[in-house]
Amino acid sequence: MSTNDDHLDANAAGGALRELFSVDLTAAGTLCATCAHSFTFAEALLYARAPGLVGRCPACGEVVFRLVRGPGRAWLDLRGSTCLAIRMPEGR
Amino acid sequence: MALVSRGFSGRRRDDDVKLPPGQYLTEDFPVLSAGPTPQVRTERWEFTITTETGEEHRWDWAALRALPAEHFTTDLHCVTKWSKLGTMWEGVSLDTLFADVETTADYALAHSYGGYTTNLPLEDLLDGQAWIAFSYGGEDLTAEHGGPARLLVPHLYLWKSAKWLRGIRLVNEDTPGFWEGVGYHNYGDPWREQRYWGD
Ligand SMILES: [Zn+2]
Repeated sequence: MSTNDDHLDANAAGGALRELFSVDLTAAGTLCATCAHSFTFAEALLYARAPGLVGRCPACGEVVFRLVRGPGRAWLDLRGSTCLAIRMPEGR
Repeated sequence: MALVSRGFSGRRRDDDVKLPPGQYLTEDFPVLSAGPTPQVRTERWEFTITTETGEEHRWDWAALRALPAEHFTTDLHCVTKWSKLGTMWEGVSLDTLFADVETTADYALAHSYGGYTTNLPLEDLLDGQAWIAFSYGGEDLTAEHGGPARLLVPHLYLWKSAKWLRGIRLVNEDTPGFWEGVGYHNYGDPWREQRYWGD
């Protein structure tokens, strides 16, 4: 669609995303998009008796993530979280 | 386990019982919930239908209960694969609630106390296919099953039958709801096994 050369095909982010998502996200920090409370994923309130996993902010109760697992596929919706803070090993 | 029963294509010992593909029969009524159970007192309950032009139609509990109610028996099919047959309900047909609503919108977004949403074509809510139910098995509908009142659209997977129903917004553009936005099928017909995107 665009002929601009100011962006790349998102395949170029593949390596970086693979590196991020190989980590244990429960230790990752996040910010609630609703109330800006800062917490780790492991501290979210998890509702699992549902068609998917629903994580809610421990401060305000709004949804911070939804994870649906289907056969051969998974969907992750993070629109309730504004930023993931992930610890990375130093000095490669 | 699925391999063993697949040859029977959903049929149970009783040959009269035919289930949608991939479903199993259950006798109890599992409770699924994506959040804390809202406790809504009927004195404070209200239900609104909002049209695409912003016109609001509003009912409080007394107004809802003053409308003609129907007793009906229906089968329930949950996308998590259980089906429960012959459940008995009392509620108001959405045809009754929509009787004075003027709209040309094609889509509806049901929204609930607690923030849940689900989208469906408006035509699936009409012509005797959907109710606001306030009684189950002859008793007031409990909060865990969506009381004081829930949507029931039993020809679609049960996630479309929003518990703790608060209102229905009519819209020209279809908008994915709580589960439809994260992998679950936009329409959700159990007989066509429309569980996930692309099914
Ligand atoms: Zn919050």
